[in-house]
Amino acid sequence: MIRNNEKRKETILGIFLLLLLLAVMTFIDAKLPSYHIAIKVIKKASVYALVAVSMNLLNGFTGLFSLGQAGFMLLGAYTYAVLSIPVGKRAGVYQYFDGGWIQFSIPEFFSEHLGETFGLNMGIIIALLLGGLVAAFFAYLIGLPVLRLKSDYLAIATLGFAEILRAFFQWKKLGPLTNGSNLLKSYPDFGSATGYIVLIGIFIALIVLLVNSTYGRAFKAIRDDEIAAEAMGINLAKHKRMAFIISSFFAGIGGGMLAMYMGTLQALSFKSTMTYEILLVVVMGGIGSITGSVITSFLYIASMEWLLRGLDSGTFLGINAPGLFKNGFRMAVVSLIIMVVVLFFSKGIMGDREFSVKGLIRLFGGKKAKENAGGDGNV
Amino acid sequence: MEALLPYIINGISAGGQYALIAIGYTMVYGILRLINFAHGDVFMVAGLIMVYTTTSMPLYISIPIVLVCTVVLGFVIERVAYKPLRSAPRMSLMISAIGVSYLIQNLAFYITGGLPKPVLNPIPWVSDTITIFGALTKRVTLITPILTLVLVFVLVYLIKNTKIGMGMRAASKDFETAQLMGVKINSVISFTFIVGSFLAAVGSILYFTNYPSVAITSGSLPGLRAFIAAVFGGIGSIPGAVVGAFIIGLCEELIKGLGYSTFSDAFTFALLIVVLCVKPTGLFGEKVTDKV
Amino acid sequence: MKKFFAFALVLVMVVALAVPAYAANPVVKIGVFEPQTGDNGAGGKQEILGMQYANSVQPTVEIAGVEYDVQLEIVDNRTNAENGPSAAAELVNRDVSVVLGSYGSGVSMAGGTVFQEAGVPAIGVTCTNPQVTSDCDVYFRICFLDPFQGTVHANYAVNEVGTMKAYTLAMLGSDYDQGLVYYFTQAFEALGGEVISEDFPEATSNFVSYINNAKAAGAGVIFAPVSTNYAQLIIEAASAQGYEGQLLGSDTWDNNMVVESSTGKDVEIKITTFYQEGGNPEFDEGIKAWMNANPDALTNNGGNDMVSAVTAMGYDAYFVALEAIKAAGDTDPAAVLEALPGVSYEGVSGLIEFDEIGDAKRDQAYIKTANTAEGVWEFVKVQGIG
Repeated sequence: MIRNNEKRKETILGIFLLLLLLAVMTFIDAKLPSYHIAIKVIKKASVYALVAVSMNLLNGFTGLFSLGQAGFMLLGAYTYAVLSIPVGKRAGVYQYFDGGWIQFSIPEFFSEHLGETFGLNMGIIIALLLGGLVAAFFAYLIGLPVLRLKSDYLAIATLGFAEILRAFFQWKKLGPLTNGSNLLKSYPDFGSATGYIVLIGIFIALIVLLVNSTYGRAFKAIRDDEIAAEAMGINLAKHKRMAFIISSFFAGIGGGMLAMYMGTLQALSFKSTMTYEILLVVVMGGIGSITGSVITSFLYIASMEWLLRGLDSGTFLGINAPGLFKNGFRMAVVSLIIMVVVLFFSKGIMGDREFSVKGLIRLFGGKKAKENAGGDGNV
Repeated sequence: MEALLPYIINGISAGGQYALIAIGYTMVYGILRLINFAHGDVFMVAGLIMVYTTTSMPLYISIPIVLVCTVVLGFVIERVAYKPLRSAPRMSLMISAIGVSYLIQNLAFYITGGLPKPVLNPIPWVSDTITIFGALTKRVTLITPILTLVLVFVLVYLIKNTKIGMGMRAASKDFETAQLMGVKINSVISFTFIVGSFLAAVGSILYFTNYPSVAITSGSLPGLRAFIAAVFGGIGSIPGAVVGAFIIGLCEELIKGLGYSTFSDAFTFALLIVVLCVKPTGLFGEKVTDKV
Repeated sequence: MKKFFAFALVLVMVVALAVPAYAANPVVKIGVFEPQTGDNGAGGKQEILGMQYANSVQPTVEIAGVEYDVQLEIVDNRTNAENGPSAAAELVNRDVSVVLGSYGSGVSMAGGTVFQEAGVPAIGVTCTNPQVTSDCDVYFRICFLDPFQGTVHANYAVNEVGTMKAYTLAMLGSDYDQGLVYYFTQAFEALGGEVISEDFPEATSNFVSYINNAKAAGAGVIFAPVSTNYAQLIIEAASAQGYEGQLLGSDTWDNNMVVESSTGKDVEIKITTFYQEGGNPEFDEGIKAWMNANPDALTNNGGNDMVSAVTAMGYDAYFVALEAIKAAGDTDPAAVLEALPGVSYEGVSGLIEFDEIGDAKRDQAYIKTANTAEGVWEFVKVQGIG
């Protein structure tokens, strides 16, 4: 009975916290103009959070070390952009390819039939989901040969696939579809950062549910010991493929939302450096911790894009040292911090634990409890 | 044939450069089972040191400085970033390697100001243009494969006939047992990194004499290609890495010659994936059995 | 320990937020949206030099009878479209009245969407892609466009070099390169010529095979509108392979690192650009003295005091911005945006006026050649497309 009571208290508090977060977001959205740096940071960080969590699902929970994230994001991003550019703008965007092959726009179609705002947002979401599906489909194909490989071979093969995909997207012959090396732009975006937070919150919640399901437990068993897992009757190939496809699906959606955030899209952005960046975010947050990935994404993007900019431009925290704080110092400092985390705090900020309401209660209530807070991850 | 000759010469030269980097990958992988992602960046740093030293010092001082500094860098990376993780899971080691690569690039970026550095004083004589069988090329293009082969023979001799070489072979066969048998594993690993970095430095000097501009990312692509060469040849095998490097160098230039340059990198990766799926041990690799 | 670590991070963030930037005098801020790193870092830095020099020449502006200090707010967009929006937002956040830049069209377009949302006018200095202004109401530009530049090169290749076969080389994934190649190809084929196009992947160092392809095809010119790093390597490869035709380069080649790397090489290089050193001796002397007194500026210019066209353009852009602010009589971006289309300014690179899209009315380019004996650019002619 007491246990039940506590559980209910936690759930209520959890919901309350989420609502509070939502309220704060709506407030920020209403207060700040859409071009404010804080809004940009929230948008980009939430996208990174989704991609980092999707990578964590694969690398942290299933133990498959894949470095193909940028490739799947590329697929999602292009699918979203290609399907969403308004028909009227296609001639301008595909200026070298006679307006391109595709002559419809999903968000435009929906906004005509379902009303301006609702239809547009519906269309955007559907195009994003299609991007995820395309990424998932390619993940299925790539997974057929690649998933048989072990740890670092798998890493390098997925990295290779991402690079091959990028070469194809830049190929002139596919220009009418992908615009070749040129930018895609003019596709719609959610007007507000709340849209990003809500959508990504839902996706991450889905991942949390998956991780806590039977499948999630099977993934973890594979991570901990493949042979033992197989002996327990877990179908290795099936579960690995599933984790790979699901992770790529969310990476694809993340890619689409990143394109949306950037406003312009070019295949050149999706280099292996992007994968490494996300991997390092996952590592800093803690491999195997969803909340760790989310928190680190926000910390990382906020400091990179906003708070640490002073390190590059001469003045930081009121200290004026143009000789030291010159271009590139920010990146150097961040990569040093990353190395320190990798070497000395190899579990990252959260380890494999989750930030939970229970933990929060304990923190504020000052109660001592020895058991690890885990399982009921609340974002 | 006449028309193909320039591409073949160029391809062999590129192969020689990749070979010098690939050896570093393959030796480290053979012992630590680690893809040393930072190796390509060590190669790039050697190029940068060359840019800075050749402008202010005569060659007989600057070249040794490049070699020594690169070797020290390789040694320090191993001691600082890999040694503390020796008992950690392999994934941690690889993440550390990626972190080091990221760090080196960003530091180089900070120091150089992010701009590519031209090699203004290339080594004389070797960078002259010469004619062979009617095809024009730089002298360094011919020197590269020859020097590569000489160095490889020396290295193979060292590994076969010295005590530390025996230690390396033992460690790559079975890390734990070698340790139990009294092989000083740390000095063997350090030696591996020193040799790898030394060869990368030589490769770097040749490479940037041929293509005289060093950018922060100059190391990542040759590094990746060299790694693929190492896998192709059978990772852990030095002759394999060399053969793989020459094959990859040749294929790449021939693809450019055929007009499919859009896919010259993609082809290299496709080759890697095919090799991994069909014959994961590569051309010369030994079969590894997984132990529970 | 970990908690401490996380706590320290949060603390740094909070303090960074709390430190305000203020100045005692009334200040009008001009944003500089330029790459200082990445492929276009070299060019971006040279463009900034022009603005900084202009700022040192004319550090104040009178707005509606009040003397304002002009402050340059420089933000690095890292050449990359991915970093465009946040860099642009950062500028808007610093309350700039008008933005100058960027070198490189891709990142200009990425930033353009943010400037459009914020209603902050932007003046493109050397971004030559038509889409920068055509799809963005707040973007203006003071340089010529890609269709113009590509056509100039095609005309030059046919009429002056006298070849009907051209080879183009562009980086895969770079919209600037690909755009220029597209316009060059169109113009060259319209003149009856034949074009062979090839792309190279990013971070290519080995251009020998490409030059061999050009030789094998019998191309009289190689048109390579690439960034400075690749330009140097292409010159090197062309010289080593004994390429006998001419290398045609776009405005990005107008850089002293490029011309220096051609020193002592047996190649013929022609480039189109916006300004020729010597066009305005007063400006040349002034900026050379300023750079020589300023070691950082000298480093950013590639180590010597050669004046690049992009530097002159940066200088002009600064004064165009001041003219617009003066005409607006207000530091409010909206007022400046309204005043910009009416600005007419006689700069060192010629008369600057805008058409209804926001593009500069320019109909001629300077053609320069590399003097490979001394490693300097030499003026050839002024070319239009009439």
